[in-house]
Amino acid sequence: MAARSEIESAPTTNPTTVDRKSERELVVTRTVNGPARLVFEAWSKPELFKQWWVPKSFGLSLLSCEQDVRVGGQYRLVFRHGASEPMAFFGRYLEVVPHSRLSWTNEEGGDGGPITTVTFEEIAGKTRLVLHELYASKQALDAAVASGEKSCIGETFAQLDELLVTLGASA
Amino acid sequence: MVKFEQAGLDASFAALSDATRRGVLEQLGRSDASITDLAEKFQMTLAGMMKHVGVLEQAGLVTTEKVGRVRNCKLGARTLEEEAAWLDRHRQLWASRFDALDEVVEQLKRKEKNNGRKK
Repeated sequence: MAARSEIESAPTTNPTTVDRKSERELVVTRTVNGPARLVFEAWSKPELFKQWWVPKSFGLSLLSCEQDVRVGGQYRLVFRHGASEPMAFFGRYLEVVPHSRLSWTNEEGGDGGPITTVTFEEIAGKTRLVLHELYASKQALDAAVASGEKSCIGETFAQLDELLVTLGASA
Repeated sequence: MVKFEQAGLDASFAALSDATRRGVLEQLGRSDASITDLAEKFQMTLAGMMKHVGVLEQAGLVTTEKVGRVRNCKLGARTLEEEAAWLDRHRQLWASRFDALDEVVEQLKRKEKNNGRKK
């Protein structure tokens, strides 16, 4: 009974999903407990945006955040990880529809970076967010996956071994 | 739940359904090898081994590179397990980001409520 009340009193966290929808596209979804106009505000005002875009658990500090949220307007985020050189992420807004849709380029890697689009759909006072990351090609998304893997090649082989054992056992 | 492109999944399962091909992957997990090495090790013809390696290559589990007259094989850069692990980390990243967004929106809601009361 005690365990149950703990669960009831805990803040409700909505599930986040990530799917590779196609060879070039990742889709992230989440429902946020608030109306679309407030969620959009948190996404388009730098003083609010910088409070959540880089959560403390990332181990990154956000040095600066500039956003000019209108079609053609630019954004620029500068981060630092530990004692490393600061990294800048930048691009421009392609679509701005208040309380419903934002789309922007990611140009820090040069031309042909992915395009991110987020839609805000309000349902009964909550907002369903659907975020698409569209890469220029299958190779570009594969490379993003592979670059995220560089640090754990050893793990990969361990996982492959497990997979082979499992499949071998069921064959 | 992580989903995969169906075609990629089918190709991988087809590739792993054969004992020789699983053996080849295990072998390449220890060290890279040429098709000739692999054919000898598994007591097969060169043509037979090339066919197996071709299936593994199609599934993205193995990559090959021709150096002179020798075709070298090594494990592919990406496996299903690897992609699943990456997607899972990506999901964790977005989940903590959206948890923080929830807090900001909660603050905005409280602020709005308070302002409403003042009016």
